[in-house]
Amino acid sequence: MSKWDIKDINNWSWKKHPLGAIIPEAGTAANYKTGGWRALRPIRDEEKCNHCLICFILCPDTSIIVEDEKVTGFNLQHCKGCGICAYECPRDAIEIVDEAEAASQENQERGNA
Amino acid sequence: MTITKSAAVVGTDAVAEAMRQIEPDVVAAYPITPQTAIVETFATMVANGEVNTEMVNVESEHSALSACIGAAGGGARVMTCTSSQGLALMWEMLYIASGLRLPIVMPNVNRTLSAPINIHCDHSDSMGARDSGWIQLYSENSQEAYENTIQAARIAENKEVLLPAMVLLDGFIISHGTERVDFYEDEKVRNFVGEYQPPYTMLDPENPITVGAFDGLYGYFFEFKRAQEEAMKNALKVVKEVGEEFGEKFGKNYGYFETYQLEDAEVALIALGSGAGTTRAAVQQLREEGLKVGMLKLRLFRPFPAEELVKALSHVPVIGVLDRSLTFSGGPGGPVWQEIRSAFYDAENKPQIVSFAYGLGGRDFSPQQAKEAGRMLVEGNFPEGTCYLGLKEEDN
Repeated sequence: MSKWDIKDINNWSWKKHPLGAIIPEAGTAANYKTGGWRALRPIRDEEKCNHCLICFILCPDTSIIVEDEKVTGFNLQHCKGCGICAYECPRDAIEIVDEAEAASQENQERGNA
Repeated sequence: MTITKSAAVVGTDAVAEAMRQIEPDVVAAYPITPQTAIVETFATMVANGEVNTEMVNVESEHSALSACIGAAGGGARVMTCTSSQGLALMWEMLYIASGLRLPIVMPNVNRTLSAPINIHCDHSDSMGARDSGWIQLYSENSQEAYENTIQAARIAENKEVLLPAMVLLDGFIISHGTERVDFYEDEKVRNFVGEYQPPYTMLDPENPITVGAFDGLYGYFFEFKRAQEEAMKNALKVVKEVGEEFGEKFGKNYGYFETYQLEDAEVALIALGSGAGTTRAAVQQLREEGLKVGMLKLRLFRPFPAEELVKALSHVPVIGVLDRSLTFSGGPGGPVWQEIRSAFYDAENKPQIVSFAYGLGGRDFSPQQAKEAGRMLVEGNFPEGTCYLGLKEEDN
């Protein structure tokens, strides 16, 4: 059970917050969606990728999704678009593109579908 | 008898002795003139096994307070000490310590801030930190520095407070001046300070917590600062309670301030730190001359006991405030003068409140200067703006 029920935190008065601004629960980083900070977005070329997992090791936000030892995509709810994966990829399989353009293209595709 | 020994010691020894008796779990400190002797003496005590403290020798004051914050976040009772540029280097950590509500106790030996470089006393360092969320207790002499340090731990660690506290003592004048100090028994001091019950700890794997998290998503920073202000308000009550209990246990009561010849005074001087001793002597001499001068020695500057001060001074029509630092506001007044003026704004009888600056960079503050200030108040003969005592104003 969570000790840290923050459903209503936006309405908390100054008397309700825990002393010292601590968070009295572990593992809350997953709930913190940092993807919104992203200005750049990684795109992976499935043809070039040989699943060496260097990007998975080096991603500072654990945002490379791996299933059965294969890269399957990016966790865009947490990826901040730092570009380390693209920089480190030995096969240039990851490209960094403009987030706004990628998002608008995505929306268009969704509209067409 | 509560006094175990009376000894002629310098102020830094008196503070180091208080630290030994409090026996903090961790001390992280860096030497700086004129505080160095506190760290040296305390480190010697640790090395000799006279006190069971983890002494962390760090590479700067920024690191010193950082290490203290880490240790306090782990639930330890923590102390450090500094001066001047060292306090300035701690700047960002000062706010973090108070924001995380860690009751770190820090004696600060008052020394001015460069430039020009100067190692001597004024209150520029601690007055600059007045808005950092630390409690500030000023000491007139070594005895008070010793006793304020002991009380600071109690005040800071009180559950309704949980804020860091500075104990201020004037550089060289107190820190390196030899005076008689009465020390109390270790056990009595330890019982008075009591066991520290930390509000939280990072070192409990059963109850993991995050300390120092980012407030970027929910936006509760404002609310949190408001809660800190409330803690400071609570400190006002606790300072008084602890001061009274100290009086019961050790025979000397402490309040927000101390008065001298104030009851029937027609003019009053307000001072804090060692300057209060000089002022008291001046007031005594002026009384002998038949001038009705009184004095108020301010001990507590943060939180600021505005209401009580106004009450204590309400019958005095002319008040002179002695500031040992400037605010560079372009107008009159040091930090103490500004607070006092502000406190009187809502008062029924508003006295004339005159700004005096003295003793910057260790300029000697003589009884003659304090008497001059007193006479100016009595005669109503003071310049507009700030009156600089002991300043060389005319070229020869």
